Amino acid sequence: MPADRDRGQGRIDTYRHPWVVRITHWVNVLCVVILVMSGLQILRAHPHLYWGLASTFDDPWLSFPNIPSWATLPSWQDLARGRRWHFFFAWLFVINGLIYLAYILIWGRLRRVLFPTRADIADIPHSVVEHAKLKFPEGEAVRRYNVIQKLTYLAVLLVLLPLMLFTGLGMSPGMNAAAPWMIEIVGGRQSARTLHFIAAAGIVIFAIVHVLLVVLSGPINNMRAMITGWYRIRLTGDDRAEP
Amino acid sequence: MPNPDRRRLLLGAGGLAALPLLGSCDSLARNEQVQCTLATAEKATKRSQRALARQALAPEYEEKDISDDFRANGSVDPAAAEYRALRANNFRDYRLIVDGLVERPLALSLTDLRRMPSRTQITKHDCVEGWTSIGKWKGARLSHILRQARLRPDAKYLVFHCFDALSQTEDGERYYTSIDLVDAFHEQTILAYEMNDEILPIKHGAPIRLRLERQLGYKMAKYVKRIEAVESFAHIGRGKGGYWEDRGYEWYAGV
Repeated sequence: MPADRDRGQGRIDTYRHPWVVRITHWVNVLCVVILVMSGLQILRAHPHLYWGLASTFDDPWLSFPNIPSWATLPSWQDLARGRRWHFFFAWLFVINGLIYLAYILIWGRLRRVLFPTRADIADIPHSVVEHAKLKFPEGEAVRRYNVIQKLTYLAVLLVLLPLMLFTGLGMSPGMNAAAPWMIEIVGGRQSARTLHFIAAAGIVIFAIVHVLLVVLSGPINNMRAMITGWYRIRLTGDDRAEP
Repeated sequence: MPNPDRRRLLLGAGGLAALPLLGSCDSLARNEQVQCTLATAEKATKRSQRALARQALAPEYEEKDISDDFRANGSVDPAAAEYRALRANNFRDYRLIVDGLVERPLALSLTDLRRMPSRTQITKHDCVEGWTSIGKWKGARLSHILRQARLRPDAKYLVFHCFDALSQTEDGERYYTSIDLVDAFHEQTILAYEMNDEILPIKHGAPIRLRLERQLGYKMAKYVKRIEAVESFAHIGRGKGGYWEDRGYEWYAGV
């Protein structure tokens, strides 16, 4: 891993994101945007959600009378094309995700970068308050993800994204024959479909907050880091006082 | 610290940049080359599902799970004169034609079909739109019919020709779809003549509908008139293997 670059005047560039992480991040952005938009196209064909094995047409759990066409791919109503986009990018999403997971597991990043330490856990209340005030860590502290970041990224990586895939596969009648337990444990195919929607909504909410925080905490520095890998640290008075 | 003006500028620029992106998505969505690329996913899906599922059965359910609001989609009351005539006579004159690449073409009456080895199954019906209904089906095993007709070695697909036209006009394009032999000989693949212990209702495809439990509803042809064994379906309809397949839907509808 490249060392820090001293930029002078208390500025240090640190190599934050390795190239595998950067590439898989942006491929994932593309996949998730297209999957959400084509997913809304598919939902538009029958905009009702149910729990259980089958649809109870007179009593849906949730209905969406107006899915805006700007949010769907294609924008006009076209289930066949929506499905084409969805399944192609679902494959890309899975392959990309496997590359990323293999990388962070093999290089120990999952544990080193994303798992909270004991100190992190103890810091949760403080970190929550700081986030609520939109105060972000400065100086040497930004070398590591803070505990809220770690827990959020872990929840997205290990819960939400895998749940998307799992419930997506659960809607496939072919997969239902190959692995019936996948819908059994969620209570049926219509439950899988509803959970697929809920997980997608969770990812959209994450993405909105994520982009918002990127913008609020220094958009140029954050974008540079995710494009080139280099993240700039401005040392604070405390950091410089250290020997 | 980044100043607020710069933030606003960046946000605005990002928003503007996204606008043509939306437009280009639509033009991409129309592009045939793009559609071809996207369609490659179907092959990957079919191959992996076939490898995983092999001859596995679709899940079966219990009597208590049967839907009392099983939805009928597509045609629900075919308008074709020949269908109306058969229906007026309770399908006594109906003959299911099995021909094409077979050694012994068949013309089977409903009585013939009912005498054949049957299978009864309570399964879910997954529509491409996203909904699911559960029903109980009884029908003749397709594998038995195919053994009687004796497929020729060059037969690769079965094309199901139907009485109904979704346009509900006499000269409208008739519904059809096709399956390969893996699915044709699958344990649960039947020509159903009963639904929920009653004679198959008109809206669900009387006199005969295909049950293909490991794929979506549009593969389960209703109002089946003729089963044609072929080597290729390129010359039928618009060449994609079915009415909905010709209109952009996947030929392999396992997902």
